[in-house]
Amino acid sequence: MPNTAISVSDLSKKYDDRLAVSHINFEVPLGIVCGFVGPNGSGKTTTMRMLLGLITPTTGQGHILGEPIEHPEKYLSRVGAMIEGPAFYPALSGYENLMVLAVQQLLDKVGLGDRGKSKFKTYSLGMKQRLGIAAALLPDPKLLMLDEPTNGLDPEGIQEVRALLRDLANEGTTVFVSSHLLSELEIISDYIVMLRKGEIVFAGPIGELMAQQQPTIIAKSLQHSDLQKIVEIAEAAGHHAVIRNDSVHVLAEMDWAPVLNKAAFDAGITLAQLAPQLPNLEETFFEMTGDK
Amino acid sequence: MLNVVKAELRKLRRPTLFFGTMGAAIFFTGLITSFIYLMIDSPQGNGDRGRSISREVLTLASGSVNGFASVGGFLGIIALCVFAAQTAQEYTYGTLRNLLIRQPGRMKILIGKLISMVLFGLVMISIAAVISIAISYILAPGANVSTDLWFTSAGLEAIFTTFVNVTISVVAFGIVGMVLGLLLRSPISAISFGVLWILIIEVLLMAVKNSLQSWLPGAQLSAIASGGSPDLTYTHALTVGGIYVAVGAIVASVLFVRRDVAN
Repeated sequence: MPNTAISVSDLSKKYDDRLAVSHINFEVPLGIVCGFVGPNGSGKTTTMRMLLGLITPTTGQGHILGEPIEHPEKYLSRVGAMIEGPAFYPALSGYENLMVLAVQQLLDKVGLGDRGKSKFKTYSLGMKQRLGIAAALLPDPKLLMLDEPTNGLDPEGIQEVRALLRDLANEGTTVFVSSHLLSELEIISDYIVMLRKGEIVFAGPIGELMAQQQPTIIAKSLQHSDLQKIVEIAEAAGHHAVIRNDSVHVLAEMDWAPVLNKAAFDAGITLAQLAPQLPNLEETFFEMTGDK
Repeated sequence: MLNVVKAELRKLRRPTLFFGTMGAAIFFTGLITSFIYLMIDSPQGNGDRGRSISREVLTLASGSVNGFASVGGFLGIIALCVFAAQTAQEYTYGTLRNLLIRQPGRMKILIGKLISMVLFGLVMISIAAVISIAISYILAPGANVSTDLWFTSAGLEAIFTTFVNVTISVVAFGIVGMVLGLLLRSPISAISFGVLWILIIEVLLMAVKNSLQSWLPGAQLSAIASGGSPDLTYTHALTVGGIYVAVGAIVASVLFVRRDVAN
């Protein structure tokens, strides 16, 4: 029994002159929710396609549930997947599209029980997405790979998908879920693989990633003209500070906030707000990649 | 593979496709068979491309299936369209990736789809055979054609032989449709190219140079359905047509197995 659900080594995919995925390495342990994040065009879908045997890697190796990706027939019966949105036959109903036993339970599970007999082409985007998730659950998978599963879902639907993925992980299914919405994955992921321009930026437990990040102190003053003075105070104390919108973001531990407060008071600045804030996944991603 | 066959049959039996295809087959069968009897004395001829099918020919044991054999080419074009659409739409709908995730053996998918479409084709051919023979039997007395030999053992053998020939022709046309679907990955392009080639380009080429008839794929496959024609022997049509279909099927299969599925 392998101890990793996904293991990738030096995996690349080149289309003509464009390197869509560049020599990536990462592992995803069993039984967790792993977020696969990165902006549009970063190579997430291409990587997933390679892992599912839909496209051939240019270089490198990969293993899914211990089996090499050159032989998808050895592992796909244990993998459920929805890649690049739900794809079904528009003239068939959702029920007909699923075509297997225990379909009704699956339709109920994703909230489509009462629309199972309707034609797929009559479904809303959110309903199509739910049917795609239902289809991915058909093989009772050990590994579930979902590409942007919350696209088109309303807030309630997004919450339902989050809960479903968490439940599946609790039942022992490994969930590998991609999204360009980093905040979306921050909530449910135990593990994160970050991709940017085809290269891995980080792969590991999300707690480890966030622990590496410095907290930020956000300061607002009554006078906008005082923001620059706050930056100077922070920098004089050896902390990096920038003005964003109408506040100053200071990279510093939370216990430096009272020091800043006093220094600002001494400089004749009245602070309207002084709040410590831990960076979220999105900010962390931008900081790590140097993107805005 | 059985799952692929069952899944494909589920798509093929949806009412719009099933009744639409069968309706087209019945229409062409009825039309062409009726012409043979209703225009039996017409100077413009009552058969394919102005040929005349005489009373004497229709009175033979094989007379009952003259209409059915003549309609074989049209049934083939219908099969080409259906097979091409069913294959190419997997690319346009993006459903091929679902199929490949469920059934990673690409050749199994291809063979499973072919089996189910051949079954669909057999239903269409059977319906066309019944309709054509029934219309022939009904119209024969009005055209002064004797049906005495039609249902003798020789007549039944002729029905069986024609059924086999039409089936070979329809399946071959269907495989050509599948090949076009796999190569062009778009139902509209595959159907347009196939129909345009068979109904227009081949006809024009043959009008310019009649000897080309012996080498054009559509002409071979149509001749197989008729059991050969005055200009094209059955064996020649079967050999040349078989080579076209085999080469096309091999090229398309290799491409399908090796090509990345990126849409």
